[in-house]
Amino acid sequence: MTSADSHPLRVLLAKVGLDGHDRGLKIVARGLRDAGIEVVYLGIHNTAEEIVQSAVQEDVDAIGISIHSAAHLSLFQDLANGLKRNKANDILLFGGGIVPAEDLPALKKFGVKKIFGPGAAIDEIVAFVKAFPGRGRSSKNTAAKRHEL
Amino acid sequence: MDRAKKVFKNLSGIEIRELYTPRDLNEFDYERDLNRPGEFPFTRGVYPTMYRGKLWTMRQFAGFASAKETNRRYRYLLDQGTTGLSIAFDMPTLMGYDSDQPRARGEVGRCGVAIDSVADMETLFRDIPLDQVSVSMTINGPAIVLFAMYLVVAERQGVSFTKLRGTLQNDILKEYIAQKEWISPPAPSLKLINDIVRFALTSTPLYHPISISGYHIREAGSSAVQELAFTLYDGLTYVKSAIESGLRVDDFAPRLSFFFNAHNDFFEEIAKYRAARRLWAREMKNRFAVKDPASLALRFHAQTAGCALTAQQPYNNVVRVALQALAAILGGAQSLHTNSLDETLALPTEEAVKLALRTQQIIAHESGVAHTVDPLGGAYYVEWLTNRLESEALGYFTKLDAMGGMVRAIEIGYPQSEIQREALTYQREIDSGERIIVGVNAFTEPHEAPVKTLRISQGVERRQIQELRDRKKQRSQRRLRSALNQLERSAEEHGDLMMPVMNAVRSEATVGEICDLFRKVYGEYRETGTV
Repeated sequence: MTSADSHPLRVLLAKVGLDGHDRGLKIVARGLRDAGIEVVYLGIHNTAEEIVQSAVQEDVDAIGISIHSAAHLSLFQDLANGLKRNKANDILLFGGGIVPAEDLPALKKFGVKKIFGPGAAIDEIVAFVKAFPGRGRSSKNTAAKRHEL
Repeated sequence: MDRAKKVFKNLSGIEIRELYTPRDLNEFDYERDLNRPGEFPFTRGVYPTMYRGKLWTMRQFAGFASAKETNRRYRYLLDQGTTGLSIAFDMPTLMGYDSDQPRARGEVGRCGVAIDSVADMETLFRDIPLDQVSVSMTINGPAIVLFAMYLVVAERQGVSFTKLRGTLQNDILKEYIAQKEWISPPAPSLKLINDIVRFALTSTPLYHPISISGYHIREAGSSAVQELAFTLYDGLTYVKSAIESGLRVDDFAPRLSFFFNAHNDFFEEIAKYRAARRLWAREMKNRFAVKDPASLALRFHAQTAGCALTAQQPYNNVVRVALQALAAILGGAQSLHTNSLDETLALPTEEAVKLALRTQQIIAHESGVAHTVDPLGGAYYVEWLTNRLESEALGYFTKLDAMGGMVRAIEIGYPQSEIQREALTYQREIDSGERIIVGVNAFTEPHEAPVKTLRISQGVERRQIQELRDRKKQRSQRRLRSALNQLERSAEEHGDLMMPVMNAVRSEATVGEICDLFRKVYGEYRETGTV
């Protein structure tokens, strides 16, 4: 199944932890939506567990995490573990924010496919998401509460 | 791009003409619009002699890891000639959680210093007598708790409250609008702010109990006009709330202070600070019939724009910061923080912070800009732009008044969506190349050597949690229970919470324990209307 099929790619966007810097996340949400990608916007102040649960319920193809709190090592690990526990680690996990280059190998090991640093253009992020063929997911739609941006 | 055909706009989207002349200031009246510095409407500055009398306070915002490590950084900064301290708390502290609470996981000591109890606060100021240095605290939702801890440390140091100088940010409205670290909904939060203000007026007369902040509004993506408008309107909201709680405006208004961003657009920033002083003085007079000049003068701290720094070619940030800092000084700031070149990558290293501080010292002692008051006053362009920013901000005031005030506007997401729209426009201009950011979308380099950054070890969180657990065991449980029960009763009965919080702090109650009570009694704020 590819993104060209009947349903568009669905991406969950969230901030993890207590960090409230949502300027970038909102811009990315707008950019993805304008490019025809379905966005499930969870906003700020989510625990890793809450994000994983929403991702599973919403049957998303990808999770985009914004983080500016320097807690990326712990929290991406929690996310990756949560996805694995829920047998959902075929969901594309990516992120953006303030992450020093030296931490990228560790994040890659957790299964984080890409981190967009400061200065990344919206088009770059759109192209990255669109290159993902999507998960072989069921066609069921979900009724979980969703904050549309 | 063909520069000759281009429309020139500043960062707020205001079209800038090629030349400004006396004709652009047709209605200009020196006495009415500028007047002498230190006199209404304070456009030229809040003090008659400005920096000739006293240089601005060089106040570097700092905090990371544990209180012990941050204390070392404070003493380093003081040794290097910084003249004020400013505490950066970590995310759990900003949200009122202890280091051992589940929601704090991964974030302890990462973005600021971890403070759980008064013992941490005591360590933070070890060998720093609180009557010797002014201290600013960036804390909002749990402000009453951290302020109480600071007061108890002063007690333990034997320093009289009347000698404490500094500023408590204590501005919850801009948290709902932009920074988004909160505990409870607006009504109980505004009530706590009034409790703090009431206490400060009688007990800490040199301390500023609120710093009404535009900095975060700007960082969230607003224009200069929006920063000016929303910040000043927040200020008017606090004044109204304090008057309604029974305080006399001339008692507290002189203790209010402001905090603005210093962004890239040099002249717009200078005009923004000048317009802010004039607009505040005029609005305070018009809306609240204030007469005491001390109640009309807007004093402010400035910080250079974190969001204007780039991760690419980070040494360019030194130049950006110098220009931004210069704008703040030409705009008459009372206190200034200069960002470090590495802050888009991590919290700053000691070397980077020193360079940022030296930037201020060079402006102060070498550039000569501090020799005379408001050196740009009377420049056709600057006066025109000052007028323009004031009138654009007034346009927002009219809209906010019509909505029924700032709390209502926040509830319907108005300032949030205005800022979001502006942030998106700015990003699109950069992405399209219409707005050039050196090193990002122009003059880029394929390979850049990495700069050294500060690392906070994973062990910080583990040690902080261990110490907190040990300390919790050593407390008198009876005394703690009694203090927390008393606090809960007072909160339920809408009593003044300053004394009950101080007693809880003296009984070694933690930030999380006290804020859990606020969450229980007042409820937790949830953001609505994300557009």
